[in-house]
Amino acid sequence: MAERKPIKGVTKEKTEKLIAETLAEMPAKAAKKRAPHLGANEPSASPCAVKSNKKVVPGVMSQRGCAYAGAKGVVWGPIRDMVHVSHGPIGCGVYSWGTRRNLMQGIPGVTSFPMDFTSDFQERDIVYGGDKKLETLLREADELFPLNKGMSILSECPVGLIGDDINAVAKKMEIELDKLVVPCNCEGFRGVSQSLGHHISNDSIRDHIIGKYQYREEPGPYDVALIGDYNIGGDVWAAKPILEEIGLNVKSVWTGDGEVEKIGATHAVKLNLIHCYRSMNYMCKVMEEKWGIPWLEYNFFGPTKIEESLRAIAERFDDKIKKNVEKVIKKYRKEMDEVIAEYKPRLDGKTAMLFVGGLRPRHTIGAYEDLGIQITGAGYEFAHQDDYDRTAPEMAKGTLIYDDVSEFELEKFVEEFKPDLVGSGIKEKYVFQKAGIPFRQMHSWDYSGPYHGYEGFKIFARDIDMAINSPTWGLVKSPF
Amino acid sequence: MSAETAIKFVTETPESEIDRVKEWINSEEYKEKNFARTALVVNPAHACQPLGAQMVATGFEGALPFVHGSQGCASYFRSTFSRHYREPAAATCDAMTEDGAVFGGQNNLFEGLANAYALYKPKMIPVYTTCMPEVIGDDLTAFIKNAKLQGHLPEEVPTPYANTPSFNGTHIHGYDAMLLSILQTLTEGKSVEGKCTGKLNIIPGFDGNVGNLREYKRICELMGIPYTMLADVSDVFDSGCDGEYKLYPGGTKLEDAAESINGKATISFQKYATVNTMKWIESEYTGEKAVLPMPFGIKKTDELLLKLSALFDKPIPEVLKKERALAVDAMTDAHQYLHGRKFAVAGDPDYLIGIVSFLLEMGARPWHVLCSRATKKFQKEMDALLASSPFGEGCTCYINKDLWHMRSLLVTDPVDGIIGDTHAKWAARDAGIPLFRIGFPIIDRVNLHRTPVIGYNGAISMLTMIANKFLEIKDETCEDQWFEMMR
Repeated sequence: MAERKPIKGVTKEKTEKLIAETLAEMPAKAAKKRAPHLGANEPSASPCAVKSNKKVVPGVMSQRGCAYAGAKGVVWGPIRDMVHVSHGPIGCGVYSWGTRRNLMQGIPGVTSFPMDFTSDFQERDIVYGGDKKLETLLREADELFPLNKGMSILSECPVGLIGDDINAVAKKMEIELDKLVVPCNCEGFRGVSQSLGHHISNDSIRDHIIGKYQYREEPGPYDVALIGDYNIGGDVWAAKPILEEIGLNVKSVWTGDGEVEKIGATHAVKLNLIHCYRSMNYMCKVMEEKWGIPWLEYNFFGPTKIEESLRAIAERFDDKIKKNVEKVIKKYRKEMDEVIAEYKPRLDGKTAMLFVGGLRPRHTIGAYEDLGIQITGAGYEFAHQDDYDRTAPEMAKGTLIYDDVSEFELEKFVEEFKPDLVGSGIKEKYVFQKAGIPFRQMHSWDYSGPYHGYEGFKIFARDIDMAINSPTWGLVKSPF
Repeated sequence: MSAETAIKFVTETPESEIDRVKEWINSEEYKEKNFARTALVVNPAHACQPLGAQMVATGFEGALPFVHGSQGCASYFRSTFSRHYREPAAATCDAMTEDGAVFGGQNNLFEGLANAYALYKPKMIPVYTTCMPEVIGDDLTAFIKNAKLQGHLPEEVPTPYANTPSFNGTHIHGYDAMLLSILQTLTEGKSVEGKCTGKLNIIPGFDGNVGNLREYKRICELMGIPYTMLADVSDVFDSGCDGEYKLYPGGTKLEDAAESINGKATISFQKYATVNTMKWIESEYTGEKAVLPMPFGIKKTDELLLKLSALFDKPIPEVLKKERALAVDAMTDAHQYLHGRKFAVAGDPDYLIGIVSFLLEMGARPWHVLCSRATKKFQKEMDALLASSPFGEGCTCYINKDLWHMRSLLVTDPVDGIIGDTHAKWAARDAGIPLFRIGFPIIDRVNLHRTPVIGYNGAISMLTMIANKFLEIKDETCEDQWFEMMR
């Protein structure tokens, strides 16, 4: 891959100076802890010099969530035909209910369960333990929601602290109810971010789900699974049709709008296509080791990356698929060129800074670039070294890389770099909008979407143009 | 049995079975089963204590809410407020993890306070807990004292703290606990015998409607009553966009809060959200104390104005009399659109009392009233309120029931509309009735939190919202021969 052209006004020296100035405003101990997480990009450096996956520095406003958030919001929550129990006090279930926009098909309460199931722990449950209550709860849930294909038990902090054994309860109830009952020990205090929640969830999928089912149809040469797409704003519904159009059979989706039994039969596919590497690479590795299924990363944000990804996917298949891919690329190229022709003139030369969860800071760069927008800073809430290694080549030399950036730091960086757009989450959104800087929520697409695939790019382009070029920004400064 | 044979085929649920269950969940039989559950909670309409604590902590000038506990909780609270208000919701956290769970969170607190103070230069750091430190029994009194002794935080920075275990009570109890702690901290040693500031202390309670808070203040201004609103989030959670982000855009001045102990009177508008605070104020504060219902509708607003008039010996100004007349005019003009209509209402106890009171005034019937966590005392009060009007006849109050219970009620015993926060939208959709969004959180509509629903003006806006929606439905659904210019 060719290295990015340098961005006007962005140099390694300038970036390093800015980092040093920002750190100088922090207490020495905090600055020392934060320093390894900030850096000027060196595209060819491997590994990327920015450190990640370390504890949040106490007292700074971090945007991170917890293991429970990773388990419920990301991995389990989007599986539509299971009852997901937030086991513990009331809060976690309520806050994570419907707030990550993983859309799903089905009839709510009948065949899909986009709801908040919780054991609403009270003091007596802390004192006497909640195992008995959990058993009763699972029976009640199964009786009231009989078409569920299984249940997951997601433990909140107190459950682990008081030593409840949800694993034993799950085992017992799985036999009694004769359906999947999956424990997930994802207490929020575990690990340093959402990331461990993904991992713990993957472990429980490995131990309790995968390999337990098989598809009724005979396996075919074009069977694939989509891994790590959570259907934010309908992303899966925009990505899956492209793969089907090139002739592949998407047998299951992990886990956006997902069905648990199909997930349980994924070990029969020919190739796993992974989108969110951070949250699901582990499962791809498990399937590779145990069932010999190869896997491939793909990126469906923006036509450049879609085309690149489709061709890479085609390489894994025969001439039929290769031909189809070229046909599909040609078919949509015209549409995409029209989108670019409409929006690029208004966006060319603009800059954006990104701070999102596990994959988007690098994955969406291509889509921004398709519209003529350059990325001057990027970072992740909960990424690991391998994510940063994948990011560095996508960024121009000297741009800012920031891991688990605090609001304090990001504000300073934005102040200095003056991007035309910040793409981050809900907690940062209004901070920057108050400062008059256009913003898009890149965790959840600001109640819009999809952003994936060809359909999604049209919406992405419209949204980014809408954000940056809204006349409302012109009203911020008062004439008096 | 070999591992191979244990593998099951992926199943498809037959359409007939889906149809059967779809109908079944709307049946009386299902309702009975649903109401018989003892352990499972589905779609509750309440949140946890620290959320309420954070609202209070946000409402003081220069105060930086500080979560002692896990990072994830802090993020959830901040997101929830940001989604509801569409505003920044600053709060920091000492990010306890496994080692904190084992060794306690004192070191996290030390480091967290030092960093928070250095970076954000707060005037006050209210500290409140999440589940984790509550379960392991962190002693915040000692921790905070040690933090100051060891120089992690200057002695003079007020550091009120509240224990807010999420496995006890709800967000309104967290509100109570944090407010009590802040007032105790700030007023310490400030009580002066015989001194009176002449001011009214207003405690709005856990109220996500900044328009309501401003309406309380406007009423005081119109009556010429000097006031201090305690935990005033109206400017913090509704600040302007002028090109500059301010970390502390408003809130009750700390000096005013400290002086509140010498106030002329103190009124809380949320009885259930300020039980302990008001008990303490009763014994420590000078002046009169009153707990009034939230002034929804005409009578409860009258009650407020009469109280203010009596407490401060001020006449009720013409402008408010005119507002009352306008509100009553609006209500008589539009009574036919609400009269006899049945409603379901879900929310916090104090909100419920107010909304039900308004509905009864309109001749509407608050048919199903549901609080997903409340006391028997509340139920008694609600029952008495319902019994006070012929329109309350046949209406039922359900406590400690959730929105899945509500769904059963709506489909077996239908009503015309539901009043509640965004969480109620699933039940509303299943029942095919409109949801009138009043309460917290409202995350799927814009600006509703800026329009007051209390006071005479609030009565007009509620009425407008409800009546016009019913008229819209009529226009959208009526047959051609009934589609007419006049409604």
